[in-house]
Amino acid sequence: MRPLDPRLLRRARPARVALGADVVLGLLATVLLLAQAVLFADVVSSAFSGHGLAAVGDAILVLCAVVCLRAVLTGAFEATGRRAGARVMSDLRLALVRGRVRESPTAADGAEAGEVATAAVQGVDSLEDYFARYLPQLVLAAVVPVIVLVWTATVDPLSALIMFITLPLIPIFMVLIGRATQARTRERWRALSRLSNHFLDVVRGLPTLRAFNRGEVQAERIAVTGEEYRETTMQVLRVSFLSGAVLDLLATIATALVAVTLGIRLIDGAVTLRDALIVLLLAPELYAPLRALAAQFHASADGLAAAERILDLIEDRPAGSAAKGLPVPAWDAVRLEGVTVAPASRDRLVLDAFDLEIRRGEVVALVGPSGAGKSTVASVLLGFVPPDAGRVSVDGTSVGDLATAEWRRQIAWLPQRPTMFSGTVRENIALGVPTASGREIQDAAVLAGAHEFVANLRHGYETRLGDGGRSLSAGEQRRIALARALARDARLLILDEPTANLDEASAAHVADAIRRVAPGRAVLLIEHRTDLLGVADRVVRVEGGRAVEVGLVGAGA
Amino acid sequence: MSTLRALFRAGRPPAGRVALSIALGSVAALAGIGLMSIAGYLISRSAEHPPVLELTVAIVAVRACGLLKPVARYFERLESHDLAFRVLARMRLAFYRRMEPLVPGRTQGQRQGELLARMVGDVDATQNLFLRGVGPPLVALVTAAVAVAFAAAVLPAAALVLAAGLVVGGVIVPAGAWATGRSSGPRRAAARAELTAELVELLRGAPELVAAGADAAAIERIERLDAELTALARRDAVASGVVEGLGVLAVGLTVAGVLAVAASAVAAGSLDRVMIAALALGAMASFEVVAPLPTTARALRETVESGERLLAFSDQEAPVEDPTTPNPIPSGPLAVSVERASYDHDDDEAWGLRDVDLRLGPGRHVALVGPSGAGKSTVASLLVRFMDPTRGRVTLGDADLRDVRKGDVRSVVTLDGQDGYLFSSTIRENVRLARPSADDAAIEQALRRARAIDFVAALPDGLDTFVGEDGARLSGGERRRIALARTFLADAPVVVLDEPTAHLDSATADALVADVLAETTGKSVLLITHRSKDERDVDNVVRLVCGETRTQ
Repeated sequence: MRPLDPRLLRRARPARVALGADVVLGLLATVLLLAQAVLFADVVSSAFSGHGLAAVGDAILVLCAVVCLRAVLTGAFEATGRRAGARVMSDLRLALVRGRVRESPTAADGAEAGEVATAAVQGVDSLEDYFARYLPQLVLAAVVPVIVLVWTATVDPLSALIMFITLPLIPIFMVLIGRATQARTRERWRALSRLSNHFLDVVRGLPTLRAFNRGEVQAERIAVTGEEYRETTMQVLRVSFLSGAVLDLLATIATALVAVTLGIRLIDGAVTLRDALIVLLLAPELYAPLRALAAQFHASADGLAAAERILDLIEDRPAGSAAKGLPVPAWDAVRLEGVTVAPASRDRLVLDAFDLEIRRGEVVALVGPSGAGKSTVASVLLGFVPPDAGRVSVDGTSVGDLATAEWRRQIAWLPQRPTMFSGTVRENIALGVPTASGREIQDAAVLAGAHEFVANLRHGYETRLGDGGRSLSAGEQRRIALARALARDARLLILDEPTANLDEASAAHVADAIRRVAPGRAVLLIEHRTDLLGVADRVVRVEGGRAVEVGLVGAGA
Repeated sequence: MSTLRALFRAGRPPAGRVALSIALGSVAALAGIGLMSIAGYLISRSAEHPPVLELTVAIVAVRACGLLKPVARYFERLESHDLAFRVLARMRLAFYRRMEPLVPGRTQGQRQGELLARMVGDVDATQNLFLRGVGPPLVALVTAAVAVAFAAAVLPAAALVLAAGLVVGGVIVPAGAWATGRSSGPRRAAARAELTAELVELLRGAPELVAAGADAAAIERIERLDAELTALARRDAVASGVVEGLGVLAVGLTVAGVLAVAASAVAAGSLDRVMIAALALGAMASFEVVAPLPTTARALRETVESGERLLAFSDQEAPVEDPTTPNPIPSGPLAVSVERASYDHDDDEAWGLRDVDLRLGPGRHVALVGPSGAGKSTVASLLVRFMDPTRGRVTLGDADLRDVRKGDVRSVVTLDGQDGYLFSSTIRENVRLARPSADDAAIEQALRRARAIDFVAALPDGLDTFVGEDGARLSGGERRRIALARTFLADAPVVVLDEPTAHLDSATADALVADVLAETTGKSVLLITHRSKDERDVDNVVRLVCGETRTQ
C-alpha cells in the first residue's frame, strides 16, 4: 500500500489542504520541540546555579508560552486532519453516488452494495485517523530525526554519533522482524476473522439449531473453539509483539546510553549541564516519531483502504458526451439498427448488428436462452449502455441526440431483478409517478395482480418494505414492480420476465394486463418462459447477438 | 455503570490475571519514569564533578530501567491480549447462552438475521472492555500514585503540582471526551446507519431509480444525510482537537510548574539542586500513561453502547419455558392440532393469529396456504413450540404442548423453516446436524430421498463439499434440497415445511413439492405454501387470511 494515493490528492481538495497543513505542522512542531528543550535546559541549569524563581521566572513564562503554542497547534492540526478526513470521505461518497447515476447506471448485488456502503460510511473514522495522525506522523518521522540529529551534533557531536549509530538499527530490526512476523500476523487476522465468522455462523443458524435440538451442544463448541483460538493466537503474538519490543528497547537503551556517556563526560567538564540536558531531552524524541508511526499504521491503513475501494469504483471518465439534448418527438416506432455491444469485460459481442423495430400498439416478445443479450436490448433502449456501433432511433431521430431524462420519462421498465426501496408499498408503486393518486396506484396494483395480497397485508398500501420492513416473496416483489411500471403513462413499456416466480394463474393475469395496456404503447416483452407468447404480436429470438424473427407463434408454443 | 458491571459478570475476567497485567503495565510505566528521572539526576550530579564511583548506582539504575521498560511492556501486552481473548470467549459463551432461548423470537426472517449479526458485532466489541477500557486507566492510576508519592518524598510542593496536572490530564480531559462521546456518539451512529441504508439502496437500485426519474430525489436524500453526518464529524473533530491540545497543555504546564517550585525550593535551601532535573523529567515522563486515556474513554464509551444493546436484547423474557413437571410424549400415531389458537405479535407488520383451527391427522398431508404476512410462519412456530399461543392451545395427541418439554416436542415435530440455515461447513456436517450419530450411508439415503444425491455425487468433493456461508456456494434449489435431506434424516413422524419453494423458479418448485410429498407417505406433513397449485397434491387445504383460518 502506498502511504499516499495520488488519486486521493487529485480528487479531494481537502486532502491537499490536510497534507499541506501536516507539512507545516511537522516543521513548526520540530522548531517548538527544540525551543522547549533549550528553555528547559536553561531553566534547570540556571536554577542549578542557585538562582531563585525571580531569575528563572521569565524563562519559565516563555516555556509556558511555547507550551501553549504547541497545544494550540496540536489541537488545530488534529481538528484539521479529522475535518479533512470527513470531507474527503464525503466528497468520495458523493462522487461515487453521482457517478453511479449519471454515467452508466449499474446495479451492484446485495453483498457488494453492503460492502461498498460500509466502506463509504464507516471508512471515515479510520480516514480521520489517517489524516489527523498517520500523515502528520509520516512528516514528523521524516523531519524530526534529521533536525534533532543535526542540532545535537552542533551541541554535542559524540552524543549525536551514538544516536546516529542506533538510529538505522531501528529500520533494520523492523524489516528483519517484520519479515518474520508478517506471514504470522496475516495468519492471526485470518484466525480472528475465522473465529468471528464461526460465532456469527452459529448465531445466524440458531433458529435451525433450535429446530433440531442442537442449541445446547453448540455452546460447548463455542467454548472449545474460543480456547483453541486463544492458544494459537497467543503463540503468534509472542513473536509479532517482538518488533514493538525491540523498538522500545532500542529507544530506551539509546537514551540510557546517552545519559551515562553524558554523565561521565560532565565529570571531566567536556560538556556543560545545559547542553547535556538538551541532548537528554532530544534523545527520546529521535525515536518517538518512528514508534508512533508504527502504532498509527494499522488504524489508518483501514481508512486508506476504504478510500481506495471507493476510488476504484469512481471511474475517471470525462463526463458529458456531446449530447444534443433535442426534445423528444411524438414518435410511432422505435428502431434498433445494426446495434453492436461489446463490453470490455466479456470476450464476445453481446449484441452483434442487432435489428429490431417496435411500433406503438404492438407487443414484441424477445426470447432466447439466458445470457443471449435480451436484457442488454433493454439497457440500450434505456440509454444505460451506449451501442458500440449502430443506432437507436425514434421516427428517424437518433435517441442519443435526445434529452436523456425526457426520453427515459417515456419509458416504463420492469427489470429482471426489481428492487424494493425502503418506503411504503404505495411509495414503491409511485416511484416513477410521485404525484399519482391513491386511485391510480390501486388501479396499477389491480392490473399487476398485486392488489389482492397488498389489501390483505396488515397495513395494506401503507406496509413498509425494504430495509427493516416486511420482506415479500419474489413473486410478490415482481408484482409490485410490475404495478410500478404500469403506473407510468409511458409510450414504451419494457417488461423483463414479468412472469418469473409467478404461478400459472398469476401469469395469466399478467398476460391480460399486458393486453389491456398495449393499445397506444410500444411493448417489449422479454421472456424466458413461453407463458406470455400468446399476447405477443411478433416473436423475435436473440441468437448469437442477432435478431431472428420467428413470426407469430401459436399460443403456448 | 450498571452496564459495565453486567459486562464484567458476563466476561468474568480472572482477578489474578487482571492484577498481573496491571502490575506489568505499571512496572513498565514506572521504569520509563525512572529512566528519565534518574538520567536527570545522573547528569545533574555529574555536573558537580564527583568521583565516578559515586555515580555507579545511578548508572546501573538508568541502564536497568532502560532494559526493564521494554521487557515489562512486552509481557504486559501479551498478558493483556491473553486476558482480552479469555474475556471474549466467555462473553461469547455467556451471550450465546442468553440468546439461545430467545431465538427465534418475536422478530423473524431477514430482520432477525440482521439483528443477530449486529449482536455478534457487539459481542466482539466487548473484547476492548479490558484491553482498551479497563487496563489503561488502572495502570495510569497505580503509576500516577507511585510517581506522586516519590515526588512528595523529594518535594511536597512539586508533588502537589504533579498531582494537579495528572488529575487534569488523566481525569478531567478524558471525562470531557467521554461526555462529548455520550452526546454525539448515538447521533453519529444513527446518521451513519441511515446513510449506509440509503447508499446500499442506491447502489443496488441505481438503474431503476434512473429509469423512473427518481434518481434526483435519491441523490438529494443522500446529500442531505451526508451533509448531516459530515457536520457531526466536523464538530467532533473540533472537540477532538480541543482534547489533544488540552493534553499537551497539561504536560507542559505541569513541567513548568514543577520547575518553578523546584527552583524556589533550591533557592530557599529546602531542595538539593541535583533533584531539579530529576523531578521535572520524571513529571514529564509520568504523563505517558495519561496521554492515551481520552482515546480510552471513547473506546470504553463504544463498548458500553454495545453492551447496552446486548443487554437490552438478552434480558428479554424467553418466549417459552419448559414445564416444571413435564408430560411425556404420548405413544402411537399422533395427531397435531391447533385449537382456537390466537397469538399477538409485538412486531406490528405481520398479522397475529385469531382463533386458528388446524388439524393434522397421522399420515395426512395438509397444505396451509395464504398470502404473505397472513401468519403462516407463526402457525409453524406454534407447532414446534418456539412460542405458545396467547389463547387457545396446540396439542400433540392428547397432550397440550405447554406441558411437554421443548426438546421432546422437536424430536417428534421437525420444522424445515423458511430461514433453514446451512452452516459454513461441509454437506455431510450440515445434513448430520439432524442426527449426529448418523453414518455416511444414512446421510446418503437422506440425500437420495431429497433428490440431492445426484448433484452431490457430481461435486468433486462429494459429501465433503464446503457449502459456504449459508450455503452461498450452492444454487437456491440445491440449498433447499440439502435442508430437506436434513429434515428427512431427522425422521420425525410430523414434518412442517415452511415455504420450501420460496425463491425457486416454477419448474424447480414443482419438482421439489412432488418429491417431498412422494417421500413422506405415512408421515404427517404440513406444507406451508403460497402456490395455489400445491393445493391439488395434498389431502386437505387450510387457508389463512389476515391471521384467520377460512374454510374452503
